[in-house]
Amino acid sequence: MTNPNEGTTVTSKTAIPSLADVAQQGTERGSADAPTKVDVTELSFFYGQKQALEQVTIAIPVNQVTALIGPSGCGKSTFLRTLNRMNDIIPGARVEGKVSIDGDDIYGFGTDVVELRRRVGMVFQKSNPFPKSIYDNVAYGLRINGMAESHSELDDRVESSLKAAALWEEVSDRLRESALALSGGQQQRLCIARALAVQPEVLLMDEPASALDPIATQRIEELVYQLKSEYTIVIVTHNMQQAARVSDRTAVFWLGKLVEYGRTSQIFTAPTEKLTEDYVTGRFG
Amino acid sequence: MTRSWRARIERLIESVLFACAALSIVVTLGIISVLAVETLQFFREVSPVDFLFGTVWTPLFFQKSFGVLPLVSGTLLVSVIAMSVAGPAGLLTAIYLSEYAPARVRRVVKPILEVLAGVPTVVYGYFALLFVTPLLQQVIPGLSGFNALSPGLVMGIMILPMVSSLSEDALRGVPGGLREAAYALGATKMQTTLRVVLPAALSGISAAGILAVSRAIGETMIVTIAAGQQPRLTANPLVSIETMTAYIVQVSLGDTPTGTLAYRTIFAVGMLLFVSTFLLNLVSNWLRERFREEYA
Amino acid sequence: MTRRLRNQLLDHLLHGAGLGATLLGLVVLGALLFDIFSDGLGRISWEFLTSFPSRRAENAGVYAALAGTVWVISLTALFAVPIGIGAAIYLEEYGKRGGWSRVIEINIANLAGVPSVIYGLLGLGLLVRTLALGRSVIAGAATLALLVLPVVILSSREALRAVSPSLREASYALGATKWQTIWYQVLPVALPGMLTGMILALSRAIGETAPLITIGALTYVPFAPDGLWSPFTVLPIQVFNWVSRPQEAFLENAAAGIIVLLALLLVMNGTAAWLRDRFQQ
Repeated sequence: MTNPNEGTTVTSKTAIPSLADVAQQGTERGSADAPTKVDVTELSFFYGQKQALEQVTIAIPVNQVTALIGPSGCGKSTFLRTLNRMNDIIPGARVEGKVSIDGDDIYGFGTDVVELRRRVGMVFQKSNPFPKSIYDNVAYGLRINGMAESHSELDDRVESSLKAAALWEEVSDRLRESALALSGGQQQRLCIARALAVQPEVLLMDEPASALDPIATQRIEELVYQLKSEYTIVIVTHNMQQAARVSDRTAVFWLGKLVEYGRTSQIFTAPTEKLTEDYVTGRFG
Repeated sequence: MTRSWRARIERLIESVLFACAALSIVVTLGIISVLAVETLQFFREVSPVDFLFGTVWTPLFFQKSFGVLPLVSGTLLVSVIAMSVAGPAGLLTAIYLSEYAPARVRRVVKPILEVLAGVPTVVYGYFALLFVTPLLQQVIPGLSGFNALSPGLVMGIMILPMVSSLSEDALRGVPGGLREAAYALGATKMQTTLRVVLPAALSGISAAGILAVSRAIGETMIVTIAAGQQPRLTANPLVSIETMTAYIVQVSLGDTPTGTLAYRTIFAVGMLLFVSTFLLNLVSNWLRERFREEYA
Repeated sequence: MTRRLRNQLLDHLLHGAGLGATLLGLVVLGALLFDIFSDGLGRISWEFLTSFPSRRAENAGVYAALAGTVWVISLTALFAVPIGIGAAIYLEEYGKRGGWSRVIEINIANLAGVPSVIYGLLGLGLLVRTLALGRSVIAGAATLALLVLPVVILSSREALRAVSPSLREASYALGATKWQTIWYQVLPVALPGMLTGMILALSRAIGETAPLITIGALTYVPFAPDGLWSPFTVLPIQVFNWVSRPQEAFLENAAAGIIVLLALLLVMNGTAAWLRDRFQQ
């Protein structure tokens, strides 16, 4: 099945729209009426004395893809990591403000951070599979969270996660081989499968395709597009075309501040802030 | 397994691991208290002044005298001889390996030096007594069978890898940019090394030297085997002497009953040894920190 | 002589001096090995390895000392390895918040520089007397364990540090606790490095003489240890005992004992080097 706009062969169920399609779709994508999954209120973040995020307020809707864009070092990744409290492991990290998921403040007293991280999964910029077999990579999360009662249930879950990450067909006959033998793109999809296995509600992706070649990148983007029907996805990217292709809403960051946030089509065709316009038209960044 | 159960286990594990780490503090406290308790009891019978400044050490004879200076001089004599070998040779080796030697040579030499450092000290003691001393006796007619020169030289070889390796680290820690600037001005390797690199690495190299001295002072078996058991306040390397460490071994081998004054002497000497090496290590670490700050 | 010529000459001189100094160490090592082997190789035999020490040099052997070494070193490993690895895990994974950790770190660095005979005094005062363990295998092993603990801790920490942080991040992001991450992901990767460090620490312990003499290991022990509380001797002490005798035959025994000791060390260090190579990723 070929997509005439892309000129490449796409073997997925839904084709990813082109930039032109995005502009045409107007109000359908990124509807602001969707309920909020992650509600961030005046979030500020500090590495010791240095302030990395300043009063960020943003409501991330459920079952949509929200892209975070902006020049390097503007705080996108830092912001992403505040959503699953991965910044906690950095000494000297300090958070002010509120981050609520389904109404519960995740920085509130008594939050089970371990459970939070199961509910909010993360895929990293450089794929980091464990030096174990493909099977064990996906099964790890299930085992430590006690999510499978029997061997057969474990097998089933591993299989369904790999299928959801569009990797099953390529690895089903070599599950016991080392994950490190896979190609870069396959490793990244394995990391996605690993994250999906523990049945998160939110999926955070930190430039998941930046280290991959164009074909692998495309497969990841297709995957993201498919996954949003079941998960809330927040994706950081420095590639604006990718953001435009894949996301419903886009947030623009600049020097630790949220500059503009809205429907992707609007951000890229009719931004309200000058900074946004300069960035998306390539005047800087 | 419920969440609170798991959290409790995690805390338990952390406590166990902390206990493992904190054990090291218990060890230090143990060393200090064992030495201090016996030394204080010792000082009840022998005045510290007599101990630290007395020049006759005969705690096991009928005529008891507890002046520790002969042991100290024995230790220092051997250490000075050792450092006079290990210092220059170690530094020259470091300079050679760091500035002149091709990578191939380094790859071969460094493991061999590590072997040198790993040989047990009894082996060096054997070597000093049965090879070096007879050899030296052919050249120096008045050399006694037990002396300070032979173990001193052998100890120098034993410490050489330590001086060499730490000095090499210090030399390599000097940024390449400094060397390049000198070469660009037309300096030879020797000029660059001696006038630019060495001064820049000085605190690191001094740290290495001081650490080596500390090691020499604390060394036991080479001197026990080859230096003798005659405490003697002398600067003559050709006669038999006794070091602080050898004295401790001597008493431990004998039948000195515990709780007696003679028994306590080993702790008093041990305390002196501990304090000296501790201070030297402190100075060495301080120097090394300063060096790291300069070139961090 | 022109200045340029003089500088070049001095340069060659330094080069030569450096080379000479380097060769000095190698030459002495060679002389040492040659001396030992020529003195003692003839004495090595099966009987030597299986006989007890004796008043008559020809009948004496290293069996008691070998057995003692095996007993003591095994126990030393049993004590030092879990505690050392535990301490390293705490300092690397848990204790980054300064305060106590920094104090412990400095303390360990200091302990690494304390002369071994002082550990003997510690063992004598604390283990043999206060804890009444007597001049036993267990007291000797505990003393040596304390001696090599800093080495085990330092090398284990390095092994843990070498584990990529992205591995830990991936594990945390899946909802793993700290200990789950350490046990299932970090330790398996760090283990080969830790093993190498352990072997090096133990090879240091095998050659230690002074601390064991100080706690009262006897130098004439014509029997193998028969339990944790048994008196004992070890190989280096046996060598020391023989070296202290004037008779030529005993000196030969000493050299032979050294060869056995060096052979043991060769095996251990060889294993460590092999392990290091095998798991070099």
